[in-house]
Amino acid sequence: MSQTRNAAIAGIHEYPLRVAPGVSAMQIKAASLKAALDDAGLKWSDVDGLYDAGDGEGGGGLGLAAYLGLKPRVIDTTQVGGSSYEFHAAHALRDIAAGRVKVAVTTYGSTAASQRFAIGTGGGRGGASWSTNMEAPYGSTLISNYAMVKQRHMHQYGTTNEQLAEISVATRKHAMRNPEAVKAMTDLQFVKVDNISVADVLESRMVASPLRLLECCMVSDGGGACVFVAPEIARDIKKKPVWILGSGEATKYRENGGDITVSAAAQSAPAAFGQAGVRPDEIDIAMVYDSFTITVAVCLEDLGFCKKGEAGQFVGDGHLAFDRPGLTLNTDGGGLSSNHPGMRGLFLLLEATRQMRGESTSQVAGAKLAVAHGNGGLLGGTHTGGTVILAAD
Amino acid sequence: MPNRPQPHFPEPDTQHYWEGVKQGELRYQTCDACSAVNFYPTAHCQKCGNLSLTWRQSRGEGTVYTFSVVMQNRIPGFQELGAYAVAYVDLDEGFRMLTNVMVDGDPTQNVHIGQRVRVDFEKQDTGEYPIPVFRPI
Repeated sequence: MSQTRNAAIAGIHEYPLRVAPGVSAMQIKAASLKAALDDAGLKWSDVDGLYDAGDGEGGGGLGLAAYLGLKPRVIDTTQVGGSSYEFHAAHALRDIAAGRVKVAVTTYGSTAASQRFAIGTGGGRGGASWSTNMEAPYGSTLISNYAMVKQRHMHQYGTTNEQLAEISVATRKHAMRNPEAVKAMTDLQFVKVDNISVADVLESRMVASPLRLLECCMVSDGGGACVFVAPEIARDIKKKPVWILGSGEATKYRENGGDITVSAAAQSAPAAFGQAGVRPDEIDIAMVYDSFTITVAVCLEDLGFCKKGEAGQFVGDGHLAFDRPGLTLNTDGGGLSSNHPGMRGLFLLLEATRQMRGESTSQVAGAKLAVAHGNGGLLGGTHTGGTVILAAD
Repeated sequence: MPNRPQPHFPEPDTQHYWEGVKQGELRYQTCDACSAVNFYPTAHCQKCGNLSLTWRQSRGEGTVYTFSVVMQNRIPGFQELGAYAVAYVDLDEGFRMLTNVMVDGDPTQNVHIGQRVRVDFEKQDTGEYPIPVFRPI
């Protein structure tokens, strides 16, 4: 196995509040960046690479550096939905390895909950485009798009509601151990802030068949930041570096005759594992974008943890929990039970980093390798997959 | 009474498709170079990039590939509909479109994968374009 360690995650911060009235997304981004740099022991003026998904009021490549007061030498504004941050990690790895930057940062801020954004139940954006003209007349919500993948997966492979509910159950188990997730569920007025059962999931109300409420992520405020550094910087930071071994990027979309149960991860994962020199069966921690239960199931298959169509069995019986042998899933509580301000990909990198440092509230003893896989856009339509392989120092 | 969102123009890729809908035709394209079926409509072939495509008329019959019944939405024009089925339908000519499958009774019971369906150009309360939806054959 040949692993190259060209870039590392040196500092992280997750904005603690999930309901943050009176705060702007830009303020969340700036406060998170300061805390992430402090976590690494780096200075504001050390930052020479700025990666941004264009979230926040007046952010993006034009506005964010001015707001923060930074003078970056590389500006990357990749915006591919919720997986943007895995793409940023991939591009930071590339740019650091090429010697263009030494301290690259990505930040995220959103006040989706406070502004009452109907992320899951609203329709697509308005305005004339070749795709909105073909889709807007049909009232397809974001959730119904993912639900169509679940419907097809159940039909094609015999996957059951009970099996997929296990993803919600394991994730909630982790969330109940994470004080920030517990506070999130409390502040967002969840009916039950406690562990849940498969029956709880199956009895929750149908939002878009066959997806039920407890299979859907929450809508919260939130944000965070991540600092990527070159190896010579990584030697002197406050905490142990977490190495980025490999990355992969892909997009997938509605195609005539295509298989909706296969996601962009089927392309991004082999690229990431190949670059990393790591096999899926060596991974300890899988941070997989859990917008919905079906997203996790499809991506686990495409990441290579089980064969296509076998995720139902793979996630069954609660064995993805941190205190069970084998692969462990979404130890922060995920989008299902900790936070989802709209683009959750950043939090996958943050919790994977905590696991590699030994800092998670559901720590897996001796965890050495993690994968963060973000899925952006619509799983059953146009979406992106970003896969990042991380290793403990 | 249906009051679905209308297509907006000018939009050069989909204009001819919607003119067809107005005349009760479901149109799609094939590529003059590689013969690929091209849908949604575009001025270039999405398989090979060729800029010469031929418009064709579908028979309007197909099979439900997958679907979801929307129970909760905040979309103007749909909030008052009650539960409705969003679906991908595979037309017999080889293209897949997002649409609605309209059935009597409970759509969670009466729509299923593999169901044969036919296009119906549903007139709207407002707006000049009917909307192509599908009903069981």
